[in-house]
Formats: sequence, structure tokens, C-alpha cells
Amino acid sequence: MSIVTVQLGQCGNQIGHEVFNALCSDIRGTHGLCSKKENESYHDSCKERFFCEEESGVPVARAVLVDMEPKVISQTLSMAARSGHWKYNSHSHFCQKQGSGNNWANGYSVHGPRHKEAIMNLVQKEAEKCDRLGGFFTMMSMAGGTGSGLGAFVTQCLRDAFPASFILNHVVWPYGTGEVIVQNYNSVLTLSHLYQSSDALLVHENDVIHKICAQLMNIKQISFRDVNQVIAHQLGAVFQPTHTVGEGSGYSRNPLGDLMETLVPHPEFKLLGLRNIPQMPENSLAYSTFSWPGLIKHLRQMLIANAKMEEGIDWQVRPPHQGSSMPSTNKPLHFNTSIANLVILRGKDVHGVDLGSFQDPSLYTSWLNPQDAFSAWKTPRAFNKYEKSASLVSNSQFLLKPLDSIVGKAWNMFASKAYLHQYTKFGIQEEDFLDCFTTLEQVISSYTNL
Amino acid sequence: MTQSVVVQVGQCGNQVGCRFWDLALREHAAVNKKGIYDEALSSFFRNVDTRSGDNGPDIYKGKICSLKARALLIDMEEGVVNEILQGPLRDVFDSKQLITDVSGSGNNWAVGHKIYGCQYRENIVEKLRKTAEHCDCLQCFFIIHSMGGGTGSGLGTFVLNLLEEEFPEVYRFVTSVYPSGEDDVITSPYNSVLAMKELNEHADCVLPIENESLFEIVNKINQMINSGKLGSTVKQNSLVTSSAGSAKTLQEKPFDAMNNIVANLLLHLTSSARFEGSLNMDLNEISMNLVPFPRLHYLVSSLTPLYTLADVNIPSRRLDQMFSDAFSRDHQLIQADPKHSLYLACALLVRGNVQVSDLRRNIERLKPSLHFVSWNQEGWKTGLCSVPPVGHSHSLLALANNTCVKPTFIELKDRFMKLYKKKAHLHHYLQIDGMEQSCFSEAISSLSDLIEEYNELDATKGGPRIDPSRLKIAV
Repeated sequence: MSIVTVQLGQCGNQIGHEVFNALCSDIRGTHGLCSKKENESYHDSCKERFFCEEESGVPVARAVLVDMEPKVISQTLSMAARSGHWKYNSHSHFCQKQGSGNNWANGYSVHGPRHKEAIMNLVQKEAEKCDRLGGFFTMMSMAGGTGSGLGAFVTQCLRDAFPASFILNHVVWPYGTGEVIVQNYNSVLTLSHLYQSSDALLVHENDVIHKICAQLMNIKQISFRDVNQVIAHQLGAVFQPTHTVGEGSGYSRNPLGDLMETLVPHPEFKLLGLRNIPQMPENSLAYSTFSWPGLIKHLRQMLIANAKMEEGIDWQVRPPHQGSSMPSTNKPLHFNTSIANLVILRGKDVHGVDLGSFQDPSLYTSWLNPQDAFSAWKTPRAFNKYEKSASLVSNSQFLLKPLDSIVGKAWNMFASKAYLHQYTKFGIQEEDFLDCFTTLEQVISSYTNL
Repeated sequence: MTQSVVVQVGQCGNQVGCRFWDLALREHAAVNKKGIYDEALSSFFRNVDTRSGDNGPDIYKGKICSLKARALLIDMEEGVVNEILQGPLRDVFDSKQLITDVSGSGNNWAVGHKIYGCQYRENIVEKLRKTAEHCDCLQCFFIIHSMGGGTGSGLGTFVLNLLEEEFPEVYRFVTSVYPSGEDDVITSPYNSVLAMKELNEHADCVLPIENESLFEIVNKINQMINSGKLGSTVKQNSLVTSSAGSAKTLQEKPFDAMNNIVANLLLHLTSSARFEGSLNMDLNEISMNLVPFPRLHYLVSSLTPLYTLADVNIPSRRLDQMFSDAFSRDHQLIQADPKHSLYLACALLVRGNVQVSDLRRNIERLKPSLHFVSWNQEGWKTGLCSVPPVGHSHSLLALANNTCVKPTFIELKDRFMKLYKKKAHLHHYLQIDGMEQSCFSEAISSLSDLIEEYNELDATKGGPRIDPSRLKIAV
């Protein structure tokens, strides 16, 4: 099944480009460390999911690029074409001349309706090129105006036009100390709207990735390109083909569906966090070896202690005692309760790995059986030159604190009515804001009371 | 890609404007090596096929034929505009973009606003329409003028009104040069306050400039060069005050250095809209992020560095110094100290070889020493543009919406009141058709209200921070 990617705004387009780059470079690599047959199967599966074939033989990304000003898209298209290994379809993009001005209301209420037809036509065309449509993957940031506002609108349109398809939104959360002053307003409006139409929100936080770049990747002068490449690596580690059922079965044919099924049992809980280990500079890879038990142990503790990366994990945090009925107020401090988790393992000797520690019932809320709350996908085919790579996609309290912080700051600003005139002039009124705040307070409350 | 139109009004406006066009050409020449008319150029210039004369059609792609500035030059006396038309920039403007008269406005806002406004209204509207028609997607009008005189102040604000009426969707950014205390125009307080009311009501963003600050910056640079302290030589074309490498070959005029600073400000402001970068900051974003309440749209600006040494290797320490300087008193373009006042919002637009980590590191470093209003504690807007200005490897423009503008306004009010109480020179204004006492009382009242708004914000500074309580959800 194929996934159609919709890249929205500057961030969405910049990251989207890095993702396709990472996917392409991974399948072209000779570092698969597995059998030729396995490698070919992986190659074909990835191609089917993300690319379509053109007469020239250069794979064409199944993507639609949308932005309200032309500079980024034109750069993205030319960078991809220059790589020589893949490209975008030269017609699958839509842009305008003047951006959204960091104004969610402008993106949602003005650009959305105005350009709906043109954008949805492009999406329809890409969808028709798929033999079987597996769903949509939208990429956006929530701090600006286009990705956030127009992105929310487009997600709604996708839901209306494709009611039976899966929609996964990749959302980038901005640095806490501002890239955009009204980012908290834009974030609140985006998240509350996406919650209505999306199946799940897969989140990356700029602060977290920045730390990974600084401390793990040892990059001195970190650029957005560096940040985006780490994000692309993490996304690739999730979306490249895997065997979801068991050894010997073919590669999963329905990645988005499988993801939703395992991780989103209830529509109130849609926020997915992502962790990937190990992360290191490429030139260190040759000198490092990891064992699966070591990786699994670290990943589990990262889950429990809500650590953002494999350094600085708090090993003191322990799950509550099994068996006792614990009201949430008595749970150990800083313990991250999960609803459902998905671990994805890629590389050498994958099939013998013991993941029992992730099935510990004390990690989870009581609604699902631990067997249902936890899934594992594997492939012996190594990813992106990492001999062993483990990812965790988690529906847990990972994002509770950041979400609470964003809502708090937005509320603080809203109480003083600052900047509201910029939104009301495009049709988003104070009541609309209040509705959004209510939706998100509800989400915060639900996650808090796990 | 969007276009912007510059409307330069009065002597000051035209002199600054002239420097702007000169430096803009220099900047684009440095970036655009192939002589192709590209989108970046189109934001400020038309490409006209002049082979058949000045009225040739626009050429949208391909080689540069003849660049024409998207500008309107307005002055009620001919001297300045004539000089421009005889100078090296004469081919950049054509006669259809000029509106001049002979006798000037006599440093009288009422003459500029009421008499000339009325007289030239249709002419101005027609020329504006023409300029707008040549634009694919017009985003912003930049008005350049001074506040203390008659034409720039009076007719300039009349044009501002006109722009709001005729082009309500297009942003209006005004660069206003405020009079200094020792201004030799006696009626400058009247002119400025009358103009302020218009700026309060009709501008989207105002960038106030004070000659004293420009003068101090020029002096500072001259001292540095002459003292020989620098060791190695300074790159001439990197001076924020310099015209080196531009079309001007004649001897520099006294205000040129100061005007170049303002021209550089405008170039910097629009750089991210013209050139690419990893985090674009367009003009509509500036307005969106820096104006929390409609009337509080006065932005204090500072540009760094003021010069570059000829040394190519500039260590990171120097980069951080650039950020520190942007917040220091002597780099601001008005007499103000933002560090000791209250920030409502702050924007940092970086150009050149600077990455997001440099930006973040400096924001973290400088934040503790700055006071931000309680509802905008992390009120930073940032932009990264890859193309540096001529002669620099990187540079920074800081725009602050900060209560430090208050003293400028209070002083203005005081000077106004000194004259007004005695009714000095009032008759020159009241004898003009359309002017009444109420114009004055309304204007001063508008200014007082503005000052009061800043006072209220200042009162919250340093006080205890009480966050409003959040919505409660029934579990």
C-alpha cells in the first residue's frame, strides 16, 4: 500500500525533503547486512510505499508540496532533482506569492477555502497513482501560519474527501523560547483542530532534537538542516518496511493502519511520541557496537522516565508495584504511564530479541491487556548504516508536560488579549479560541489521569 | 514573491530614499552575478525594455534590460528631486514617478497635508495605481519621511491616509525621522505631533529614527577608523554608513553617512522576503508578531555590526558580540535604552552564515538581562536569511516593541505644549483651510493616550507575576 505525503509550509517542505532523501539513501545503500532476497523485498516495499516509477527510472516521491510563498518549494524541488537519485513530480506542488504571515487564521480561513480545490486536485491525482492507497502522511509545524492553519484546513479536507483512509499528521513543536511570538496561539488552534480530523499526531519537538544534535551528534554549529536530518532519520526508522506479524511473513502492507491499530485504541488519546536509539555522528558508527539487551534496557528506561535521549536517563524512576490498584495521584513521581507502545527493531540478529520487559503490565494503564498494549515490528535489514537500531513510538504521557506548557503560555497571552486583533480580522473570534482551549484542557486532563 | 513600493516624501524622505535605491542596486549586483532579472530583484525593481523609449513594456524574465525602481518621489520643492535626476541614479526613476512643486511647504504640516494633499490627491492616486499595476503581488508600501518639516510630515501622512483608503490590504511600513531637541525648525513639535496622530491611526508599523542616534553612530565609526585602534583596516564597503561600491562617485554629502544607515535598515528588513534562508521572515510576519495591540506599533531598531574588519576569519566570540551589541544603547536608531525598559516583543533577523544554534545560544544568554511583559515572556521572533549584506559575512537587525519609545514621545509632547500654551505660530496653521483648533487638541490627545498605554505597561514591570487560572475540566 502506498502513502501519499502532503508537505505544508516551510518546515513541512524542508523536513519532507530530508525524509525522502533519507529513505532513498537507505534503500540505495549496500549496508543492509542481510540476505539479498531480504534486501530486495525491503527495497520493493519501500518503493511501493513512498515512490512511484517513472520512465526515466528515477523514483518520484508520492508527495504534494504546498506553501503560500514560492521560495521554499522552489528550493526543495531543485535540491531533490539535483540529487539525481529521486525527485518530486514537477506538477505536484501548489504555491502562492505571499505567505500566511505566521497567522493561523489567515492560513485556515483565507488560504484554505480559497485554494481548497487546487490543493485537493493535486492530492487526488497522487492518490489515483497508488494501486492501493494506504493513507496520508501530512508534515507541518504548528508555530507558523501555513503549515499550522492551512495544514489544519487541509487535514479536514482530507478527512472529508477520504473518510475511510488513515491520516497521520507529523507535527513539529517549536523551540520553547520562541521562533514565532504567536506560536502558542497557533499551536493551540492547530492541535485542537487536528484532533478532530486526524487519526494520530506524531510529534517532534525542536528543543529535543536540538539537544540530540548538540550532545549526541556533536554538531558545533547546528543548523535547521541538521535538525531536520535527525528528524528524517527517526521517521525513516519508523516507516521503512518491517515484518509486523512474524518472521517469514512478508513486509507489512499497511503501515499506517497497523500503526493506528496498535497505538490509538481510543480517540481521546492521539498524541504519539518518538524515540530512536542509538544516535551518533556517522563517522562514529564504525567504532561502536551495541547489544540488543543494552539497547532495549535503555529504551525501556527512556520510556518509563520520559527521557528525551539516551544520555542523562534517570535510572531512579521505577514503575509502580504491580498488582496494587493505584490511583494516579499515588503513582511514583515522573513515571510515564503508557496506553500503548510500539517498538521497531532493525538490524543484525533481530529475531531473537527479548522484549518481555516492555510487556510489564505496570507500564500501562489497565484498559488493555499488556499483550495488546505492546507490539513489536522487526526486520533484519539494517537501517541507514546503523548495525542495530531501535525505535519506540509511544502513546503515553511523553507529551503531557510540553502540551501543558504550551497551553499555559497561550492562555496567559489570551488573558491579556494580546495579538487577538490579528486573528479576529480573519474571522477567528475569541469564542473559537475558547473552544480550542477547552478541547486541549480536556486532552491534558485525560492524559494526566492515566 | 511579493513586491514593495517605496514612497519617499519631502527633502529628508527623498535623500534617504535615494541612498536606499543606490545601496539596493549595490546589494543585488553583489548577489546577482549573471545579470538575470530574478524574483529577488523584482521585489523592488521593474525590468523595462527601454529600447523603444522609456515607455517600453515590462520584461518579467531573462536578462536585465533597464531596472526601474518601484518608487514614488514626492516633494513640494524641486531641488532634491532634481538633483537625484541629474545624478547617477537618473535612469532608475522615470518622470511618471515624480510629483513635484516649486514653493515647498514652509515647514508647515497644514500646508503639506491640507493644501498640497487636496491639490495633488488625484495625481498621487493615479501614480500609485500605476505603480501597483506593475506589481504581480503588492505586499507593502514603505513611506520614508521626516516628522518635523512640512512636506514629509504633512503630505507624507496625507499619502499614508490615501494608501489606507485605496489599498487597504497592503501593509504600510513608515520610516519616520523624528526631530531632535536642537532642531532649527521652530514648529517641528507641531508638525510632529500632528503627524503622530496620523501614524497612530493609519500605519501598520512605524520605525522611528532620531538624527542624534545616527550622528552618534557615524561619529563612533569615524573615531574607530581614525584612532587606528583597529589594527587591521576596515572593509570600506562594510561600513553601515558607507556608499562604497555604489553608484555615487561624487563627494559624499554630510547627511549621506547617516542616511545610509537608514537605507541599510530597510534593506535588512526586506532581506528575508527577497532572499532564501532556513527560516524565512516576511514583512507580514513582522507586523503579525511585533504588534500585540493595534496602536502599539512603534518599533525600535538596531543594526549590527557597524563595520567588518578585513580579516576573513571571525571567531564565534565576535558573532556573540554582534548579538550583545544589538541590545546596547548606542546601537539603537533612536535615543532609547531597551534593556532598561519593558519588551512587548522582539524580533531578530539574522543574515549570512549564522545557524539556529547560534541564535538560540544568544537568546538564552541575553534573555535574563531583558525585561519582557508578563504575557509574552518568550516573545522572540526569529529569522535566518542566507544572504549577508555587502562586505559582511553576517549581520543582525533587531526590532523591538519596547516601552523605551516613551521618552521620545513624552519629550515631543513637552516641546509641543511649550509652544501651544503660548499659542506661538498657531496662526500659520489655523489660517489654512480645513485646520481648526480641534486638529491640535485631537492630535495631542492621541499622543497622550499613546503615552498612557505605555505607562500602563511599564507599571506592570517588575511586579509580581500572577498567571491567570486555567480552565477547569470536569473529570
